Amino acid sequence: MLGVLALGATACGSDDSSSSGGGALTMAIVAPSASDDLAFSQSMVDSVNALDRDITVQITDGTFIVEDAAAAIRGYAEDGIDIVVAHGTQFGASLAEIAPDFPDTTFIWGTATDTQGLDNVFAYSPASDEGGYVNGVVAAAISTTGIIGVVGPVEAGDAVPYINGFITAAEAGGATVNVTYTGSFGDVALAAEAAEAHLANNADVLTGTAQMVVGAVGVASDAGVPWFGTQSNQTSLDADLVVASQVYHWEVVLEEMLDLRDNGTKGGQAFEINLANGGLVIEFNDGFDLSDDIKAAAEDAIAGIIDGSIDTGA
Amino acid sequence: MNDFFTSSVLVATAASAIRLATPYLLASLGETIGQRSGVLNLGVDGVMLLSAFFSYWTVLETGNLWLAVIVALAVGIIMGVLYGVITVFFEATQGISGIGIFIFGLGFSDLMFRQQVGTPKPVQRLPRVDIPGLADIPYIGEPLFQRSLLTYLAFALVPLTFLLLNKTTFGLNIRSVGENPQAADSLGVSVERTRFAAILIGNALAGLAGAALVLQLGIFQPNLTQGMGFIAVALVYFGAWRPLGVMGGALLYGLVNATVLQWKSLGIIPVSISDLAGMAPAIVTIGALILLARRVNAPAALTKPFSRH
Repeated sequence: MLGVLALGATACGSDDSSSSGGGALTMAIVAPSASDDLAFSQSMVDSVNALDRDITVQITDGTFIVEDAAAAIRGYAEDGIDIVVAHGTQFGASLAEIAPDFPDTTFIWGTATDTQGLDNVFAYSPASDEGGYVNGVVAAAISTTGIIGVVGPVEAGDAVPYINGFITAAEAGGATVNVTYTGSFGDVALAAEAAEAHLANNADVLTGTAQMVVGAVGVASDAGVPWFGTQSNQTSLDADLVVASQVYHWEVVLEEMLDLRDNGTKGGQAFEINLANGGLVIEFNDGFDLSDDIKAAAEDAIAGIIDGSIDTGA
Repeated sequence: MNDFFTSSVLVATAASAIRLATPYLLASLGETIGQRSGVLNLGVDGVMLLSAFFSYWTVLETGNLWLAVIVALAVGIIMGVLYGVITVFFEATQGISGIGIFIFGLGFSDLMFRQQVGTPKPVQRLPRVDIPGLADIPYIGEPLFQRSLLTYLAFALVPLTFLLLNKTTFGLNIRSVGENPQAADSLGVSVERTRFAAILIGNALAGLAGAALVLQLGIFQPNLTQGMGFIAVALVYFGAWRPLGVMGGALLYGLVNATVLQWKSLGIIPVSISDLAGMAPAIVTIGALILLARRVNAPAALTKPFSRH
């Protein structure tokens, strides 16, 4: 009896059809965390939903176990889904085995900077260092102790360039940046305690990346400490203290991939979202009182990154 | 390293250790009672997840923290009834049944979160309660006497569990059905009822552990526990089935975790070995378990279903 209940309860797949009917492109997303995690997975789901196309979308999220993700990816391909998004660097090895078996299916994989030589795989990655840099400029400007805490997951994927870009800018602004990688993408309690540790070490501004940061934002809220987000807009976690969020708009490169597919190219290219192509957007929270000077400095940083005059150091 | 040995950082580390230890302690004490009666429950993590979600949802909908704690307790008891019926009355294999409870808890809490909440929304956290006269003691006041009521309860349950197991008739019955259920049965002790009651208490405490976790964080997300319930089961072995030992294990695990986080924050542990250092709590606890496990024996009837036939 329990087995049946468990199977029913753990079936996380959902059909999030943006439209249906004959001729609609079928697309599936396999994501490692909840599709509404205010972070990595949500960024892709929001982006696919933002595509201006006739698409039927299916989602399997919460596949933090790679083998589960691999089964879902293969399952979608066997079902004849046109495009399967494997949203996680860790799914690369599985994709290298699965993609050659389904040459008519397009696989979209990231964050990754190459396609592993597979001609039916598109790769995508964010230049997360760019938003990290902009956040770092603002963070250093509003910090009064000159100490900023960063809560990261595992030293991998887009977390590393985000944090490196943040450090470059914050240190250039005279701040000291303390970084804690908790070793987990999902451990909210550890993220919260990592934030507490930074506060104990006099940090008065915090940032972090990955889905477990919701715990750290809670600590920032309790302490009245400003927070900088990335991946998705995290203002809803604290409308007063989230200063700005670097938001991923994958739809910018997804559109390019779909256009290529329409013209017969099923993969073989890598794409990047960045400030220049509009795939990365710094969304400021109007509820946080940021001075005009600091906003101008952030805008200057964005312009400098786009025109190449600023090196994020990542 | 000098930065670590300042009073403010040491106090913060101790406070962090106690916060981290609280859910483990509650769950482990409950599991201790169950295992002393001969019942292994590998479903603790699932019960914690369910109670954490329903507790969170209650606060989200009502804003009432204490109702949330009661709900978590009730969820734990309901899961205890389910587990008790399966393992005690149907005599199902405890290990498999426990895993079933875990998978159900993981999946159902995830499903309910998606259906009823969706995007993580912060809720109020358990308030800090300062103990008059003690909270202001230098160094120890902040980590020990400026905590939430559930933390105080967790530590108060250590001597209470000891008294229950060692100084009451019910505790004697629990220990006897855990060691030799046939002998206990021949003396008129109801093995089924005793084990069932122990399971209910154990699951109720697992429910409180879920509430302590989610109400400390003020937010829920799928798989919030990240396997805490399994560590809680291991801590029972670490603690040699004794409440004081279990508390020692929970505090050790919390302290190593908190110290590693502080050292990372201070740069004492370089980023290059950060992930490796994250394994320290498990390694230290397993090392201690290996040393301690040589000197203690598990309840003789642990995991063995009882049948008169």
